[in-house]
Amino acid sequence: MKEHYRTPLLATPFHTRTQAAGRARVLSRWAGYSTVAVYTDVRLEYAAVRNQASVFDLSPMIKYRIEGPDAVGYLNRLVTRDVDKLAVGRVGYVVWCDDRGHVLDDGTLFRLEGQRFRLCAQDRHLPWLLDSALGFDVDIEEESEAVAALAVQGPSSCAVLRRLGLKHIETLRPFAVAEFAYRDRALTVSRTGFTGDLGYELWLAPSLAEPLWDDLMAAGQHMHITPIGSQALNLVRIEAGFLMPHVDFMPAAAAVRRTRGRSPFELGLARLVDFDKGHFNGRRALLEERRIGSRYRVVGLDIEGNKPARDAWIYYARRKRVGVVTSAMWSPTCKRNLAIATLEAGRESMWTDLWAEIFVNKELKWERIMARCRVVERPFYDPPRRTQTPAPDC
Amino acid sequence: MSAPASRPREVGHEAAPTVADGRYDVAVIGAGHNGLACAATLARSGRRVVVLEAAAQVGGAAVTGEIIPGFRVSRCAHLVDALAPALVRELELERHGLRFAVRGLDTLALAPGAPPLRIAAEAQRAGPALHAQCPADARALPQLLARLERFAGIIATLFDETPPRIGGDNADRLRLARLGWRLRRLGRAELRELLRIVGTNVADLLEEHLESDLLRGALAFDAVLGARLGPRSPNSLFTWLYRLAGRRRAGVGPSVIEGGMGALSEALARAAQARGVEIRTGAAVSAITVSDDRASGVRLASGEHIAARQVVSNADIKRTMHGLLGSAHIDTALVRRIGSVPTRGQTAKLNLALDALPTFAGVDPADMGGRLVIAPGIDYLESAFDHAKYGEYSQAPAMEITIPSLHDATLAPPGRHVLSALVQYAPADLGGGWDAARDAFEARIMATLAACAPDIEAKTLATELLTPLDIEREFLISGGHWHHAELGLERFLMLRPIAGMAQYATPVPGLFLCGADCHPGGGIMGVAGINAARRVLAERLP
Repeated sequence: MKEHYRTPLLATPFHTRTQAAGRARVLSRWAGYSTVAVYTDVRLEYAAVRNQASVFDLSPMIKYRIEGPDAVGYLNRLVTRDVDKLAVGRVGYVVWCDDRGHVLDDGTLFRLEGQRFRLCAQDRHLPWLLDSALGFDVDIEEESEAVAALAVQGPSSCAVLRRLGLKHIETLRPFAVAEFAYRDRALTVSRTGFTGDLGYELWLAPSLAEPLWDDLMAAGQHMHITPIGSQALNLVRIEAGFLMPHVDFMPAAAAVRRTRGRSPFELGLARLVDFDKGHFNGRRALLEERRIGSRYRVVGLDIEGNKPARDAWIYYARRKRVGVVTSAMWSPTCKRNLAIATLEAGRESMWTDLWAEIFVNKELKWERIMARCRVVERPFYDPPRRTQTPAPDC
Repeated sequence: MSAPASRPREVGHEAAPTVADGRYDVAVIGAGHNGLACAATLARSGRRVVVLEAAAQVGGAAVTGEIIPGFRVSRCAHLVDALAPALVRELELERHGLRFAVRGLDTLALAPGAPPLRIAAEAQRAGPALHAQCPADARALPQLLARLERFAGIIATLFDETPPRIGGDNADRLRLARLGWRLRRLGRAELRELLRIVGTNVADLLEEHLESDLLRGALAFDAVLGARLGPRSPNSLFTWLYRLAGRRRAGVGPSVIEGGMGALSEALARAAQARGVEIRTGAAVSAITVSDDRASGVRLASGEHIAARQVVSNADIKRTMHGLLGSAHIDTALVRRIGSVPTRGQTAKLNLALDALPTFAGVDPADMGGRLVIAPGIDYLESAFDHAKYGEYSQAPAMEITIPSLHDATLAPPGRHVLSALVQYAPADLGGGWDAARDAFEARIMATLAACAPDIEAKTLATELLTPLDIEREFLISGGHWHHAELGLERFLMLRPIAGMAQYATPVPGLFLCGADCHPGGGIMGVAGINAARRVLAERLP
């Protein structure tokens, strides 16, 4: 008799620690793992990211090891960026597309050695990765379970890691990845994150997970280091202007309706598309899109008032519907009402007269607010410490 | 045929255009009949064309080979029954040396221990030929064939067209509308019957109309020859219609070419050369080169690069796109779809050098020159296929046999003969591999032959068996599949070889396909080559 049904959700390597932390845990499911959505209070956790140091267990992230003589050529065929330009020890934000030029997923690509990479993604893609490898001498292996991951983010994150004993961590530049000695083992640290703040992601063997958690909590105690759940992370990632698959766009492989896919241009990621590097998946479709124009455009919106414009429709001149909000929040740090929205393309002249239709429940009475919107650049929040090197030690 | 003799001579008076800048308009990969037909058609429209053939002679799988000195035979394909008349006429193949040794062969259905049945090549003679042995079928068969030929006629009208796209432009819609109109003109009852049977299996239909199992078996063999289908497999009625369509269009039944199939290929090569096509044999293409996302020529195994504005591949889709082009140049979903094109060949070829004419029991010596089919019954054929389903060769294989030396004295020394047989089923994906099983399979074939011709082994001087693996290795066809890709409703017209690439163009600008896995497909027809040429010409040269 198999017992797998008794554990419908898996435990991450930090499970014993995440289950012990917090007072009012809200759990959620992520890639088959039981993870924490809220430890104690989403507002406190949010504040920890922006003011102290936070830890977030991102072990369920899907990770692939991509290695071999043709690894660069293979990745160049897979993703839209030129991987040749990604130096060893650097991390790149990448998207990869299907044949129609629609984004299958976004992720981070770590160049660990000349021909050894790690690709981190939201969804599972092994069949696509393997089928894309036909004709390339490259090894592709999912290593999600073999690599535990923990994000340490916030203004004090560098200080915490220094106290943990990671020598010269402050010199690690943004989007750099390096190995550090920790408890006589190797700890891979990248200066990356989903918060838009100063922060690091730690990649380690699962057996190191529990001691690392304990050491971090001890090292950061005086800075009120705080475990955060996915709800707080979602708030800071909106401020950072990052797109969330399945929320701000449908990954093409998950969309049932063929028109629901979105191209990198439509997601505002044109900078990630390099037509000069040779063929890559979706290149011909994207060239055609560049010729005839995109259908949509994902933008950041600054909306008047303080009522989050969740799921709001966006109107031109208060009458014509031209888009929809996919993520929205009142930003306590920016003191602005932020949103990420998908607008119909080809209407940039209308961007000066956009309105969000927000419904607000005021003590069981629904009110409809038409709030003026401004299209603004993302990130909405971009503190200097995010990119300062050496990183501030506070 | 030895290599020097097979080298196509320069004939004709048309001056060949010279390649001033060392660059060809079109490089055609492979001098199979479709590649040559395509090249000749392109050259007639003024394109400077070079054909690159890996083998020492032209023809691909339509070649004549020597079993042992003095005994020559069509090495792979051995009969033509669908050769496009337009090809023969427009390329003046007869002026370039094409001769038929015999046309419109009758079929003799053989069965061990039973008198053979004669199935006439033409439907109108089918009844009388059967009358003495099975009077009921003598009435039913012509009626059945007449109806199927009406249906086949509709398929045949599609052969010379570029397949229409669904959701394409007005020209596509017009072609679809014409197809709809032709179907509508069948009338309600006939259209209903077509829809009733078109997706079904050939065995059901034959059992519904005919009594003689020997007759049914031989007819069903026509439906499944070259296919990974048994007579009870869905789609097998459609493949039969397809064969009938090819025959109907050729206007004549199975025919033998004087000098073997190689002579047809040489006539095609001469016709192409007369129009200025340059043909290089022994020039194996190792890669299609791409520059700025456009096919820019081909690289030969020798390292030589041949620049061309357009590249047309007579190789199958897998070999072309995955092998020569490289899947890095196409998107992954397309890589998958190409990878799933069914190319597992099921047909082997047996060539025998014979000391004397063998005796087929009950066959009148005057009929020995016919097309002899060993498929005595639906169950015999289905049982033979059962093995192939599980990666085994048939213990009692089905066969199509010709003794071409009866019609063409040049093939064997006086009084001696060559026998040529297509043998099913010999699955390309044989468990344990072909190298280990070849001898045992050959023994099964010889035993099956001996059941109908007891003296065959005694008269055999030499044998030559080409399994699908041999065909893949020698003729560079994926899976050794005779039609490059399975035929069937799901791989027909705008779905052949795959949806989105059915109009001879590939996603790589400047690269085209013209092989048997393109519409209208398999058999020695040559139409895919001509259709592809039309598509190539429609593109403005860069």
